[in-house]
Amino acid sequence: MDINDIIKPENLVYKKSPVLTDTVMHYCPGCSHGVVHKLVAEVIEEMGIQDKTIGISPVGCAVFAYKYINIDWQQAAHGRAPALATATKRLYPDKYVFAYQGDGDLASIGTAEIIHACNRGENIVVIFINNAIYGMTGGQMAPTTLLGMKTATTPYGRKVELNGYPLKITELLAQLEGTCYVTRQSVQNPASVRKAKRAIRKAFENSGQKKGTSFVEIVAACNSNWKMPPVKANKWMEENMFPFYPLGDIKDR
Amino acid sequence: MAEKLLKKGNEAIALAAIRYGADGYFGYPITPQSEVMETLMEEMPWETTGMVVLQAESETSSINMLYGGACCGKKVMTSSSSPGISLMCEGLSYMAGAELPCLVVNVIRGGPGLGTIQPAQGDYFQAVKGGGHGDYKIIVLAPASVQEMYDFVGLGFDLAFKYRIPTMILSDGAIGQMMEKVELRDPVKRLTDEEIVEKYGDWATVGKPATRNGNIISSLSLAASEMEAINLRLQEKYKTIEENEIRFEKLMCDDADYMLVAFGSSARICESTVEIAREKGIRLGLLRPITLFPFPTPVIQKMTPQLKGIMSVELNSGQMVEDVRLAVNGAVPVEFYGRMGGSIFSPEEVFKAFAEKFKL
Amino acid sequence: MKEELIIAGFGGQGVLSMGRILAYSGIMQDKEVTWMPSYGPEMRGGTANVTVIISDKRISSPILQWCDTAIVLNQQSMDKFEPMVKKGGLLLYDPNGIIRHPTRKDIKVCSIEAADLSNRMEMSKAFNMVVLGAYLKVKPILEKENVIKGLKKSLPERYHNLIPMNEQAIELGMRHVKEVI
Repeated sequence: MDINDIIKPENLVYKKSPVLTDTVMHYCPGCSHGVVHKLVAEVIEEMGIQDKTIGISPVGCAVFAYKYINIDWQQAAHGRAPALATATKRLYPDKYVFAYQGDGDLASIGTAEIIHACNRGENIVVIFINNAIYGMTGGQMAPTTLLGMKTATTPYGRKVELNGYPLKITELLAQLEGTCYVTRQSVQNPASVRKAKRAIRKAFENSGQKKGTSFVEIVAACNSNWKMPPVKANKWMEENMFPFYPLGDIKDR
Repeated sequence: MAEKLLKKGNEAIALAAIRYGADGYFGYPITPQSEVMETLMEEMPWETTGMVVLQAESETSSINMLYGGACCGKKVMTSSSSPGISLMCEGLSYMAGAELPCLVVNVIRGGPGLGTIQPAQGDYFQAVKGGGHGDYKIIVLAPASVQEMYDFVGLGFDLAFKYRIPTMILSDGAIGQMMEKVELRDPVKRLTDEEIVEKYGDWATVGKPATRNGNIISSLSLAASEMEAINLRLQEKYKTIEENEIRFEKLMCDDADYMLVAFGSSARICESTVEIAREKGIRLGLLRPITLFPFPTPVIQKMTPQLKGIMSVELNSGQMVEDVRLAVNGAVPVEFYGRMGGSIFSPEEVFKAFAEKFKL
Repeated sequence: MKEELIIAGFGGQGVLSMGRILAYSGIMQDKEVTWMPSYGPEMRGGTANVTVIISDKRISSPILQWCDTAIVLNQQSMDKFEPMVKKGGLLLYDPNGIIRHPTRKDIKVCSIEAADLSNRMEMSKAFNMVVLGAYLKVKPILEKENVIKGLKKSLPERYHNLIPMNEQAIELGMRHVKEVI
């Protein structure tokens, strides 16, 4: 007997989206990637666009996103996801195309690609996970690392003289005429998860209506590389990340 | 009779792309090949065949747009010149690893560095020995006329899709800028999205139907054993290509005592050198490799017994000559003559070098 | 028949387009042709030259060490290309602006006052066609009707109204070319 046979429909309060695969995620406990993957899968399911969606995965922790969301995927070279997404959307204008990128991928090595894709107003969705650190390579400084923050390559804390300032790439992209929707969200509690999902849904709808580039930043915790337990990491994020990276819509038209 | 036009090599590439049903061109301006994108923009194929043409922000982006387009099962291409191709090598390695078809045109200029905009063949190694990282090969076609610039677009796409491999047209500033007569071939229609699903739906990212799991295109495999298996499969594919796709042209080789080996614009110049030698009673022939990978090794090996010597003639410091020597394996003397940095030799100059090297 | 020629002058004199019209005319007469320009920064105001080969047979090298004909339209080109003409070949030039005239005795030297003529006839834009006419008079390798066809093929349709003027310019060149002794 399967568990689904026991649960009566009226008692069902939560169900994993069928757009998610059964593969066990490689993300660390407490990581935000899994939640965001779930939200993307749910939006794809609810909009009924599983057969029309093409995802581009980055280099970084989310490189294996293709294992978890059951759609067609392209795995891009480091930073180049917006270039792949551009060509894919232009060659298949009626498909939903999204790039899923981290802070090193999008805001460091891939700055040219993201700025020009947004500036051309490509009708794509970009999901940007900003946890202010390089995850997969083991906790080095990211362009979004806060001043004073300790990482493997800023062992004494990020200093302006040595490393410059944390990059507010999202505010920068909001300046570009090609973006139609630029927002910053988080997923550390149920309320923020619900808001983030609404933002992702809106971004996908914009893509369908060909309104321009929709850009959703998720300020996220990387408790492993921040070297904190998950609960403490979320608190640290609220206290330190949110003041510098304030949540909410930056642009909506 | 098909229409005959006077066109530059670069313009021929653009016209061929439209008429051969290319789905997308993504490029970045660089001399001496900018006429490719300029011609495409002037022709506006999106109004006729539906072909997408986009000026990217860099060559890095162009090649990654090709990566995305190729993932979609679409016929996509770019063109550039040497420094731009260097930027594309990362993407080429990824595409070779992910086994994706695409067409890249390199209209070579003199290097290294920013170099010169004059013609050269200094990118031979980069094209046939990899260029990017890892053990991979791409098919390399070397046109020697404007007509071949046109025809190799179709051939290049066909080979790219037959083997799911990036294919390069390795040309140079001389062939790109030169005008010659071009005969346009019958147009080939672009595949519809439905036809692409039917032909390539088992691997391409065309949108996942309910009947299958998602197609994933990736060059990543963290387990060494898996990665080795992928490499073995790639090497097997390269072997099949070597067995089946060698293309070359021989000129006056049947009775030859000596043979020049040259590709592209060098081969055109060497054709005249052969005429000069024959007038003087020297039995000189010319082998022109058309595919640089796969290299016509067996053709050279078959010729070797009748020859007293071979000279490789290239617009570089001596790159293809290494492959000629590997083919000959010491059986006859192999000499080299070349110019670099955008300087071109004349047929007479090549003959003089040939006569001196073999003391004729 | 095989004619290998170099046309050289300042950028903006119509050197490249004259070569192109000649090459297209060759195609109209069922010849094989190549047109190989010097390209790059020198195109923008400096010297420009183009090698045109017209032949009955497949053309081997598009790069020349010697030429049958040199058409020379400025001093730098005179200095550079006079020595490249094959013995018995032709050097055609416009004396306008030339201070060191050709000295070789083993080639045929002709002149055409193309700049002066085209200015006087108020067709300075067809300067290069005056030169082309002069060349075709001395070396009638192509029939005039094919040259007109070549001209039509070379010019975008919006400029086809200029064809009669270009034709006149060709005839003007044919009438005024002189052999220099």
